[in-house]
Amino acid sequence: MLWNAFALALREIRRNVLRSFLTILGIVIGVAAVIIMVTLGGGATLQVTQQIASLGSNLLIISPSRRLGPGQNVGAALFSVGDAQALVREIPALAAVAPMASRSLTVVYGHANWSTQVIGTSNEYFTVRNLTLRSGRRFSDSELRAGAPACIIGQTVRDKLFGRQDPLGERIRVQGIACSVVGLLEPKGQSAMGSDQDDLAIMPLRAYQRRIAGNQDVNQLQVSVREGTSTSRAQQDIEHLMRERRHLSANEESNFNVMDMKEISKMLTSTTEVLTALLGAVAAVSLLVGGIGIMNIMLVSVTERTREIGIRLAIGALEREVLLQFLVEAAVLSSLGGLIGIALALVASAVLAALLNVPFVFNATIVAVAFVFSATVGLVFGYFPARKAARLDPIEALRHE
Amino acid sequence: MTPDGRPLVELRRVTKTYGRGAAAMQALGGIDIVIAQGEFVAVMGPSGSGKSTCMNLIGCLDTPSSGSYLFQGVEVGGLTRDQRALLRRHYLGFVFQGFNLLNRTSALENVELPLIYRGDPAEQRHQRAREALAEVGLAGWEDHTPGELSGGQQQRVAIARAIVTRPALLLADEPTGNLDSARSQEIMTILTRLNREQGITIVMVTHEPDMAAYAGRTIHFRDGLVVPAAERAHQGGG
Repeated sequence: MLWNAFALALREIRRNVLRSFLTILGIVIGVAAVIIMVTLGGGATLQVTQQIASLGSNLLIISPSRRLGPGQNVGAALFSVGDAQALVREIPALAAVAPMASRSLTVVYGHANWSTQVIGTSNEYFTVRNLTLRSGRRFSDSELRAGAPACIIGQTVRDKLFGRQDPLGERIRVQGIACSVVGLLEPKGQSAMGSDQDDLAIMPLRAYQRRIAGNQDVNQLQVSVREGTSTSRAQQDIEHLMRERRHLSANEESNFNVMDMKEISKMLTSTTEVLTALLGAVAAVSLLVGGIGIMNIMLVSVTERTREIGIRLAIGALEREVLLQFLVEAAVLSSLGGLIGIALALVASAVLAALLNVPFVFNATIVAVAFVFSATVGLVFGYFPARKAARLDPIEALRHE
Repeated sequence: MTPDGRPLVELRRVTKTYGRGAAAMQALGGIDIVIAQGEFVAVMGPSGSGKSTCMNLIGCLDTPSSGSYLFQGVEVGGLTRDQRALLRRHYLGFVFQGFNLLNRTSALENVELPLIYRGDPAEQRHQRAREALAEVGLAGWEDHTPGELSGGQQQRVAIARAIVTRPALLLADEPTGNLDSARSQEIMTILTRLNREQGITIVMVTHEPDMAAYAGRTIHFRDGLVVPAAERAHQGGG
């Protein structure tokens, strides 16, 4: 009987191709919307996670707190190289500490010039930020000690200044200082916040302080915590030590903060996850609307086919057989809509993912869920029209014009 | 007579009232009809005389308000909707004035319809539907849809659909009402042959005395009652 109902449903759908298609359009769009939203959302989440991971695992950033409101120029005291050395010495959980100072400057090579972030730091910076060199070398000890004008540049700076030319051994000018390029960084792409991570030039901290900043300030300390040790514990130790070094009494607020990149990464991922769920939910509402569309057309169809139902009842069809026929028809229609929606969604997500520069992550669960949901929508919204058909009086139905 | 000696159709003091209270309308005012196995009965009467109501009752599409209707000895009044559907499926065939075929569905599929509900396997369905179509002279027209057939051919498909289950009783509601006289003759010839050769009992509603003449006897309705044969003879027929 069920097989017959399927055959009947398919025949009925074939008979009215245009109407069947219009009926399921709502479901097609609903299913496609849900899958596209969730797939793109999943891709965006993955991208954020990957980018945060590329920042450097177990990264803590110590920076002076700035007061908001009037007088905000009065920043808290900066750090010194001594602070970095003390941290490494006193807290064994820290794998590396990189003191850094930076500012945005124009760098010049020949006729080309480019405004970039110039960072003065130590070799620990590469460890802390997970930076690898594509060519060249890190700074030598003597360069670091003497504050020699050497620099390592990012891919963007290389493109802007050198084009395809090999930058190694060339001299670029940074604020009037000639600086020889000793290394080129492996490109990292865009950061989770959308900034270009390859737009930078790094030089020894001492060179930066003496030749560019003209002071001994360290703006930031970047710390990586040893694998397998607690980041939050390390964070507490750092706070304790830094308060001591800055002579803060117990009732004074800290004038620096220690940011855990893992926390920020969690926050960002959960934000994109919530957004994905929200968009998916909005799309699911359109599925529901699609179901109402199916109910609408099925009701019209029952009225149109009243005579047919009368014939079937007269020749001995049972109530439940007529019910099943219309129920199966609604379910087959909406499942068909689901299948078309899935196909559409996969193509659209792949194209959109490429356009939006987001990885395409095939999510089998959401595809299965959307399909089952579409079939269920057909059953639920098909039930009322099907029951109406099954309960028709055969005498009245046969008289229907 | 059925094998156990009972008549096929037996109506005793059957009434049918539509509506309730002041709006109540009595369509049948207490009728007695007995039809034996193998009979060919014509039913005549002006519209509103109760003959359609009576056909619906005999066809188990409706139940009496009072009185008793025994079909093959079974009290139809006490059956549920589904039980009456099963009775129709196995023992009854219907032919309507308006043919009532499924549009855009081939003749073969139309004839197969009752067999689908009986759960016959596809191979057997095709076979029996072909035989039934051949029986009404439509061999070779299996794949045509009602839209491609003439009125007479459509009615023959409807007859094939009614007899494909080999029913005990065939109910025909003005089967020639929409046809010209030549086509009408064809239909009547087929019905008569089915009655004589296959022993199918036929009850046929008609307005035309010419058609009623094919039947073995005629039951006349007037104002919800059956007109006794003696009274009609007294009035001189007509």
